[in-house]
Amino acid sequence: MTDLQEVSVEQIKHMVSERAISGETMLLNMGPQHPSTHGVLRLLLELDGEIVVNCIPDVGYLHTGIEKNMEAKNYAQAEVMTDRLDYLNTVGNNMAYSMAVEKLIGVDVPARAQAIRVILCELQRIASHLIWLGTTGLDVAAMSTFLYCFRERESIMDILEMCSGQRMMTTYIRPGGLWRDVPVEFEAAVRAFIKMFPRRVDEYEALLTRNPLFLDRTLGIGKVSSDLALNLGMTGPPLRATGVNWDLRKARPYSGYEQYDFVVPTRTEGDVYARYIVRIEELRESLKIVEQALNKLPLGPIRSHDHKIVPPPRSEIGVSMEALIHHFKLWTEGFSAPRGAVYSAVESPRGELGFYIVSNGGPKPYRVHVRTPSFDNLQALPHMAKGVLVADLVAIIGSVDIVLGDVDR
Amino acid sequence: MQPELEPILQAMKDAFGTQVSEFRGDVRLNLAADKIVPACQMLRDKLGFTLLSTMTAVDFWPAEDPRFNVLYQFTSVTANLNLGVLVDVPGTDPSLPTITGVFQNAIWRERELWDLFGIKFEGHPDLRRIMMPTDWEGHPLRKDYPLGYEEPQFTFNYKEIDLRKPYAKE
Repeated sequence: MTDLQEVSVEQIKHMVSERAISGETMLLNMGPQHPSTHGVLRLLLELDGEIVVNCIPDVGYLHTGIEKNMEAKNYAQAEVMTDRLDYLNTVGNNMAYSMAVEKLIGVDVPARAQAIRVILCELQRIASHLIWLGTTGLDVAAMSTFLYCFRERESIMDILEMCSGQRMMTTYIRPGGLWRDVPVEFEAAVRAFIKMFPRRVDEYEALLTRNPLFLDRTLGIGKVSSDLALNLGMTGPPLRATGVNWDLRKARPYSGYEQYDFVVPTRTEGDVYARYIVRIEELRESLKIVEQALNKLPLGPIRSHDHKIVPPPRSEIGVSMEALIHHFKLWTEGFSAPRGAVYSAVESPRGELGFYIVSNGGPKPYRVHVRTPSFDNLQALPHMAKGVLVADLVAIIGSVDIVLGDVDR
Repeated sequence: MQPELEPILQAMKDAFGTQVSEFRGDVRLNLAADKIVPACQMLRDKLGFTLLSTMTAVDFWPAEDPRFNVLYQFTSVTANLNLGVLVDVPGTDPSLPTITGVFQNAIWRERELWDLFGIKFEGHPDLRRIMMPTDWEGHPLRKDYPLGYEEPQFTFNYKEIDLRKPYAKE
């Protein structure tokens, strides 16, 4: 069982061309420690001079066994692991997990909690797209966008910290609602962001959208057709850049998305530039959703009153025997879910993020599977990278917007 | 259940004799293992399920036949429908025919199932481990694979934990 990886060309000959075996083309290892692979992605490249003949992605360097670990924890504890999946979309991961658990146990979420969830998820989408925009700029040697993007991202991180006490690993959205209500400063902070951000998007666009150097590096690079994209399981902005209008927020509205007026940006070219335009448009659309949700943010409870699942408020514990028992039960054993299996998906910044949870009736999930969008989107890389230059390959990786924590789980 | 799903389920029943189950609005079909490739072809070409959302398995160890339950989750982008297909796999020498010829993203999904569950896919073009190192022994997501620490045994779960506890072999 101890065969080492790629000791000879012989072992990988079914994946490379004839010319690699004769030595005419060169096999080059890119990554896992390489800044433009956005994490720990390893690519085995077959090169003919500067042209990529074959590209074989090798993943698993960030495999942390999250799915296995979740089986050993109860439903409340398992949520903490979801933050660590796609670390740029922590709120969205909590949202997807909570929605799957809510579907499994059949609990309703109050309107205020749903609206706050939408606001935070959209802010997180903006933050995630800002990281993508900054690093994409870096990949094609536009250094300045990176600094601007991180400046705006910081104000979103401040809002998340204000709500949950954490910048990134929030675990703020819980099955049945939220951890607690948003603080009083929340509305002012989000309003200030809404006021400031549109001009900042104009600034990014002024730097890149019509920049001839950027156009040279992105137009017509890494093309993929819509049929192939679907067959490869691509979702999210890379799929919408090929012309398929598929967004789960529109197609199957959850958490009150049907109340908000927004469009799903699509392009038909399917190249790196189309993905760039789709994401830039999404920044503006997400901001529209945040503003609408904040304008009609209802008052009321922020979590379900079903205390078999949601812990009772601290204030009740001193005066109510029942609340004390519920508190004790929930923090020792946890709640039990009925026997069955559910699949529930949301639209993350990268595509369809789904949780498949199987329950055997106990307080721990029997099996949790996470359908992460980056895993399928990355699979399309060899198809997009055929025949491009190595420098363009870097731009393509950036445009797919993978998060390796999301790929390897 | 969405009404648009009814004719699709009927077509699948006529062609493959599938059983329908529904839980919390999720519709799933039970299918025999040898019919999965034609079923996928029919779902993609005739019924509009062009996207294979995910593929995963559940281990019901110590049950032996069937031990694994493999889920194929399909999405129809045009009709906005979801459909799961479940296939039972026995515990001894688990294997399934590959669907990589129909859905290309099954290449990595099937590699993942081979790596983490040890389910072989007949005819797969590149069945290597994907998450674990190549020299890894065992398949981590199986239920008889220990998590890596000593689990405390109580009277109520003594037997259950004892079953998967590694003991020194002679």
